[in-house]
Amino acid sequence: MQDELKPTGKPLWQALIGAVLTTVYLILLLKVEEQSEVIGLLAGGAVLLLLLTKTGHLGGIGNTLHSREGALNLLVILGTLAIVGFFYEDHFTLLLIATVMLYVLATLGLNLQFGFAGVLNFAGASFFGIGAYTAAVLGAHTAVPSLLIILVGGVMAALIGCVLLLPVLRTRGHYAAVVTIAFALLFKTFLEVNDILGGPQGLQVPSMKVFGWDFNNNVALGDSVELSFYFSYIIVILLVLIAAFVLVRRVERSWIGLNLDALRLDETAASCFGLNIVRWKVTAFLLGNFLIGIAGALYGMVGGFVAPTSFTFADSLILVSIILLGGIGNVWGLIVAAAIVVIVPEKLQAIQEYRFLLFGGLVMMMLLFRPEGLLPRSVRRYFPGGAER
Amino acid sequence: MTNQPPANTTADAAKGKPLLMARGLTKRFGGVVALNELDLDLNVGEILGLIGPNGSGKTTFFNVTTGIYAPNGGTIEFDGRDLTGFSPQQVYHAGIARTFQRSRLSLPLSIFDNIMIGNHMRLTQGLWFNLMNRRAFRQEYEKSFETARALVKIFDPPLADRLDEPVAGLPMIDRRRIEICRALISQPKLLLLDEPSAGMTHDETAQLMDDILHVRGETDGLTIVIVEHEMGVIERITNRCVVLNFGSKIAEGTFSEISEDTEVKQAYLGIE
Ligand SMILES: Nc1ncnc2c1ncn2[C@@H]1O[C@H](COP(=O)(O)OP(=O)(O)OP(=O)(O)O)[C@@H](O)[C@H]1O
Ligand SMILES: [Mg+2]
Repeated sequence: MQDELKPTGKPLWQALIGAVLTTVYLILLLKVEEQSEVIGLLAGGAVLLLLLTKTGHLGGIGNTLHSREGALNLLVILGTLAIVGFFYEDHFTLLLIATVMLYVLATLGLNLQFGFAGVLNFAGASFFGIGAYTAAVLGAHTAVPSLLIILVGGVMAALIGCVLLLPVLRTRGHYAAVVTIAFALLFKTFLEVNDILGGPQGLQVPSMKVFGWDFNNNVALGDSVELSFYFSYIIVILLVLIAAFVLVRRVERSWIGLNLDALRLDETAASCFGLNIVRWKVTAFLLGNFLIGIAGALYGMVGGFVAPTSFTFADSLILVSIILLGGIGNVWGLIVAAAIVVIVPEKLQAIQEYRFLLFGGLVMMMLLFRPEGLLPRSVRRYFPGGAER
Repeated sequence: MTNQPPANTTADAAKGKPLLMARGLTKRFGGVVALNELDLDLNVGEILGLIGPNGSGKTTFFNVTTGIYAPNGGTIEFDGRDLTGFSPQQVYHAGIARTFQRSRLSLPLSIFDNIMIGNHMRLTQGLWFNLMNRRAFRQEYEKSFETARALVKIFDPPLADRLDEPVAGLPMIDRRRIEICRALISQPKLLLLDEPSAGMTHDETAQLMDDILHVRGETDGLTIVIVEHEMGVIERITNRCVVLNFGSKIAEGTFSEISEDTEVKQAYLGIE
């Protein structure tokens, strides 16, 4: 009965044009500085989106890509590379893109916890911070290789997250939410008063080094072209992001994803069919924090600097709002929402100060008028594109 | 579900001992005594009707048996084991599956997913298997899909081709059927049905009962307890009935025996 409402699929070439247009649009948006142009682009983009939705093109292309997932994956990766390639020497824009990607990585973890298992975590930025501080400390005082440090950042976040396990497992009421908020506040205070971790001033994070190559050097291609050092970071982040994306997708498309959905939707019924609630909540919580910690470690290395002010409760709220905006449980929605939440306030200086207010309003509007988010999650397909059945 | 070994091949079953024995089972909610010193035996392979007026403790009996509530007193023995104080998970693994009075399907999930929730004990749950060994996972998935499809086909052949649709869009009768499939997929020894026909028309109810009898015929020896308000249904499908009132057993016997019972008539006062 829902099929009748769905717009019909469009041919793949339309999806291709859509991808090219989106890429060009994003390049323009990242390029312009003049505030009037930014506003014009944003308004134009919104109007165009509305029009394409009304004509059914957007939904149709969405359907096509939904059934051709390989094409979608490829288009997104190529689009990202095109944008990154365009800004190859622009430090500022590349850092912005890296930030979007790291937010996506972190919210992938949060999505495992909240979107799949229904476990609230309002301390996302703290676990992000644990990863970043791990990178700072290990990078400065040990000879642990950079790639290993990234993993350790994830492990540290998961380990320290264990102190929250008891409250998180107690689901009745909003107990878990309150305790994670308390953790986020405590974490920031702890960083501020801890001199070993640099106190309020924070710490320098040594750059990433892989096989003797220092990532803080620009890359010269021939005589005339010099790639920003952020370019190399973005390539690493992209690889990690793809791996994390595949991992989260596999979780979703396995009995584990089913377990998490089952316990989120009805714990009692799930128990009556043998599901070990504790085991799966813990799995989701630890795995989620692991991804958030990895994102944090990369963030520390890319920025070269960590301070308590980067990991506040407000930042945790931003992470949660990305999930709510994007569509709870939908991994593609995270990308769209993270791009909006990170890029728009950066480009539109007028709203920078009010961004928390605006996000709050946006999330409330969303919950009121489109509670399933921009890109609602669809029914699980274990092997999309496969010829089963 | 065809070609499966009989569900009950235990030593106790062979000796003719009851499959389930409840003794002195008591459950209180504050001042309300929902189950009062209940003794109840279930014979292997029978369909027992559990009846009684509203609030007489039928659902509570299911909830205590399946470990959702711990009893305040008494014991439950199932298949030769003491089940008293078992968690719902342990009860499920012991071979008891149930449906809920108010349908408790996961509405955003597909029909297939909902049925697989009931198949938990037969699905490989390891992280490595699920995330890294996709080839083996796919085999298990395809096998499970066929099993689920065959089971749904018994209840509603057209529905068996729509297993990837979300449950939210389905009418009540289909939801009830899926809930029963979710309980049956693990091949339990005992099936507890709590008002499976609630919200259905007379004809749909008759149809559903036929299907239940049909499935039972194929699973050779499945024991069923059914809570049902429609006496025609009880008369048609049960071998034996237990009547509860205020948490106590007030009568026990075949349907014709209990329907002659004066205490039962009083308890139902006008209903029967
Ligand atoms: N979780 C609970 N908390 C408090 N009281 C409860 C609870 N569950 C059941 N009761 C009470 O226990 C008594 C028995 O309820 P139960 O649901 O077992 O009755 P029932 O026979 O299933 O009735 P119905 O035919 O209406 O489904 C009722 O008085 C009910 O209010
Ligand atoms: Mg009841």
